[in-house]
Amino acid sequence: MKINWFKYASPTAFYPLAGRLVPVLFGASLVLILFSLYWGFFETPDRLGGTNPQKEYYRIIFIHVPSAWMSMWLYLVLAAWAAIGLVFNTRLSFMMANAVAPTGAIFTFIALWTGAFWGRPSWGTYWDWDPRLTSELILFFLYIGYIALHSAIDDVRRADRASALLAIVGLVMLPVIFWSINCPDPNQCAALHQRSSLSDIESNILTAMLTMTLAFWIYSFAAAFARLRSIILTREGDSTWVRGVLEREASA
Amino acid sequence: MMEFLRQGGYAFFVWSAFGMTFLLLVAEVVQLRLSRRTILSRMGRLARLRERNAPHRGESR
Repeated sequence: MKINWFKYASPTAFYPLAGRLVPVLFGASLVLILFSLYWGFFETPDRLGGTNPQKEYYRIIFIHVPSAWMSMWLYLVLAAWAAIGLVFNTRLSFMMANAVAPTGAIFTFIALWTGAFWGRPSWGTYWDWDPRLTSELILFFLYIGYIALHSAIDDVRRADRASALLAIVGLVMLPVIFWSINCPDPNQCAALHQRSSLSDIESNILTAMLTMTLAFWIYSFAAAFARLRSIILTREGDSTWVRGVLEREASA
Repeated sequence: MMEFLRQGGYAFFVWSAFGMTFLLLVAEVVQLRLSRRTILSRMGRLARLRERNAPHRGESR
């Protein structure tokens, strides 16, 4: 059997497919979010004793870490679609990059916000110019810059290429964010933010955290696809297939 | 219940973090729905306008 890998690479074919996926994905992410919240609030120990006692505010981990991961992952996805768009000059790739950006910006903001409300009780401050916090803030500005640059250029094709370039240049921030706490010699990065230590996490807390990560990931797919459908409609509004779609959907 | 809401005295921090996350995700979903509806109604209006101005053009082909 010959598989046509490019079948869904055109907006015409992708639009109805995304339409079927969006409600399923939103539903799945909601179920996972509820499961994660239940597990995180009711199946985890209230206080972890020992040498590293945690108070209740540690529960912010269930959204802080997943949203921080998503903020970096979605930027990678955004830059990848931007690069594919530049190389192959495909319409849908740029639209994908556009569709991912606002969701990525939201997760970056959530990571910063939840971090601030975790930092206040544990470090005594909402904000510090710590390497991890600073680089994550710059990532947020990169998302905003990408969106702003794209909307500042009237010609959509030029806007696509210019903002794609910005997205690719912005990729330098990802390793900076990663190594800002994971540097080989801990003495060399004087960070307030603790090092990532997945293997040390208590298993119930890890369960809730990883479930939330999966939920946020599926949510990102759903939100990006929903936004992509709107972008396709706007950009391809003059083509005959969109008119056909409109006759079916606008009357409903 | 009160015990749960108090979060050991850290209610302000825990619920500010979770509240903002909830608010932003819900706002995004609502915004996506609204913008889709706006686009559909605008394009539907344009289509009807075209129909009225040129009822038979293009269909003879």
